[in-house]
Amino acid sequence: MDSLRRTLLGALALAVLKPWAALAAWNKDAFGAKTPQDALKSMGAFDAAPSKDLVIDAPQIAENGAVVPIEIASNIPGTTAIAVVIEKNPFPLAAKFDFMEGALPFVKLNVKMGETSDIRVVAWAGGRQFAATREIKVTIGGCGG
Amino acid sequence: MAGPMKMRATLAGGNTDLRVLMTHPMTTAQSKQPLHFIQNVTVKVNGKTVLEGEISQAVSRNPVFTFRLKGGAKGDKIEVSWLDNQGDTNKIESAVA
Repeated sequence: MDSLRRTLLGALALAVLKPWAALAAWNKDAFGAKTPQDALKSMGAFDAAPSKDLVIDAPQIAENGAVVPIEIASNIPGTTAIAVVIEKNPFPLAAKFDFMEGALPFVKLNVKMGETSDIRVVAWAGGRQFAATREIKVTIGGCGG
Repeated sequence: MAGPMKMRATLAGGNTDLRVLMTHPMTTAQSKQPLHFIQNVTVKVNGKTVLEGEISQAVSRNPVFTFRLKGGAKGDKIEVSWLDNQGDTNKIESAVA
């Protein structure tokens, strides 16, 4: 009886202290994937079509792999999400953003790159997926930080 | 652990540019420190969620994001919050300038 009460109290305390944790979604399978293919599959992106309307702005050469600035803009009408996959990182999926009414499909962020790699960006729009890639050469890798 | 955040929201070309900085170690599985990184980022405008980001340990230390919000007006209340893999969380609120 006592242990049950303790468990219940513990659960209640957790619920009170971290109400956010239970609500926030984080795609464990996609972020835990070790290959870009598995990461994309875990997000339901199987057959992204290449698109010129998905624009990646990033340096050709990144001297410091710990901070590589990447800017992504989708000009595809109805874009609802954008994912950033760094093909040769140990865990390739770096980020996924969902854009709701009020946000434009644009994001600029800094990422870490272990080595020279293609960056693949996938956008979701109108029930379809679109992709663009860009190679970034890395002089010093940045995954040890 | 939740370090300070900084945010600036400005009107530009009919939209709102939102730049936000989060103080966070963002350690990776490759580093010697325990794995500690932000997983969720949420942007709200006047209380309504407009953007949800899921991020990994591949985002650089002390993450800086630029987001773009459709339209917007001076005084709109913007709130950005994050949640990391250890359950730490932080948020910042400010008005569009």
